[in-house]
Amino acid sequence: MNDRVWQLLLDSFWQILLPGIRVTIPLTLVSFALGLIIALITAMVQVANIPVVKQIARFYVWVIRGTPLLVQLFVIFYGLPSVGIILDAIPSAIIVFSFNTGAYASETIRAAIEAVPVGQIEAGYCVGMNYLQIMARIVLPQALRTAFPPLSNSLIGLVKDTSLAANITVAEMFLAGQRIAARSLEVMAIYCEVAFIYLLFCTVLTKLQTYCEKRMNTY
Amino acid sequence: MMLEVKGIEKSFDDRKVLKGVDIKVGKGDVVTIIGPSGSGKTTLLRCINFLERADAGEMIFDEAHYRMDAMTKRDIAALRRKTGFVFQGYNLFRNKTALQNVTEGLVIARKVPKEAARNAGLRALEKVGLADRGDAYPHQLSGGQQQRVAIARAIVTEPEVIFFDEPTSALDPELVGEVLSVMRDLAAEGRTMMIVTHEMQFARHAANHVVFMDDGQIVEEGRPEEIFENPREERTKKFLQTVREGFGGKL
Ligand SMILES: Nc1ncnc2c1ncn2[C@@H]1O[C@H](COP(=O)(O)OP(=O)(O)O)[C@@H](O)[C@H]1O
Ligand SMILES: [Mg+2]
Repeated sequence: MNDRVWQLLLDSFWQILLPGIRVTIPLTLVSFALGLIIALITAMVQVANIPVVKQIARFYVWVIRGTPLLVQLFVIFYGLPSVGIILDAIPSAIIVFSFNTGAYASETIRAAIEAVPVGQIEAGYCVGMNYLQIMARIVLPQALRTAFPPLSNSLIGLVKDTSLAANITVAEMFLAGQRIAARSLEVMAIYCEVAFIYLLFCTVLTKLQTYCEKRMNTY
Repeated sequence: MMLEVKGIEKSFDDRKVLKGVDIKVGKGDVVTIIGPSGSGKTTLLRCINFLERADAGEMIFDEAHYRMDAMTKRDIAALRRKTGFVFQGYNLFRNKTALQNVTEGLVIARKVPKEAARNAGLRALEKVGLADRGDAYPHQLSGGQQQRVAIARAIVTEPEVIFFDEPTSALDPELVGEVLSVMRDLAAEGRTMMIVTHEMQFARHAANHVVFMDDGQIVEEGRPEEIFENPREERTKKFLQTVREGFGGKL
């Protein structure tokens, strides 16, 4: 590699990293947080066996898991305007990513809740607690501990999936990379650089995951 | 009588597991329930505390009458706040320390202030000989210690009656003694207890009333000496014979 390419990589590093910090990371975190809330509700109504609502939850998970993320982005951003609903690119992306995370994570959380031994719940009743108290104090803390590694996986997956938002004009990291690659013609080098920055983000998250798991290992 | 149930019936699928059981316990009584495996002892206790819903039966608790198949959630919650339950498998909350296990029912279910709950919790742990292990998580404790924490959790709310379902059956033999000794202390304090057990020495000497169950029914009941020395029923005799000869180990 010659000096020109190195210089280009150096110059473009910040141009790619900046939208990473300004867009990719906030988009990921906001979508993931909203996704977790959706997931928790979706899992709870199924575990609590609430009629009708439970069916709606199953339907939602079925649709989201059975359709491509990219298609969902297109439906919301390019499709909805034709029925009179016009959303900006970022809100569209947040909606799609959080509902997507919500569907997958709800299955993770549901499985983790169901893995809590029934004796834990019975013991809760026997000390006088009610269903919600048992859920909040006994079942969910244990389930979230179980669900933590797979949920971390989902978060790492989401960091990378946000690159799809480039297709609906969100100016995140991948779109920035695309533009620079097109201008400079050093396609290979630039895309590798983009990949490297994603790798950097994911490595930080993986380290964070390991740290958190160690801290949670008290029980 | 403090707690009396009459005519409990319970089926799982098409199999009748309880075929009309009457049982009662007066204040300060220690009732032990013995009988072969599968005779319905666990199911009986679970029905009385509504972990399992009986198909039929009447309950009289603190002078109030209830239909067991139609008891409301509220009445069940009220009943549970006045009872304690000790499980065969301990069922300690895995995400809570020993002390938190004991205080959870006070702080969360009964809204006792934290400090008062803590003091009561420490006293209860002391009673079972574990005052120094309050900060340990269940997985850091031996089976015998876990079961003693579970007993502390059951007594800390000062229940009117405590149910025990084979509290020593899951324990290694050398750990059985420490749990039975705690239970003898509770009996000596005059606590009301209903205990399913396979420990015949304990069933005999700690109880003032022994119930022998077989095949979903009470076959015979009476004072410990009567049941253990002069059983009237053939099935009781056979059961005690089997236990004494040690057939089937800890039956
Ligand atoms: N949840 C359940 N579903 C189906 N059958 C059960 C269930 N619980 C207990 N049984 C059956 O009921 C019978 C009585 O069980 P149990 O009350 O546990 O007896 P014991 O405690 O005297 O050993 C057994 O045959 C057991 O297989
Ligand atoms: Mg049993």
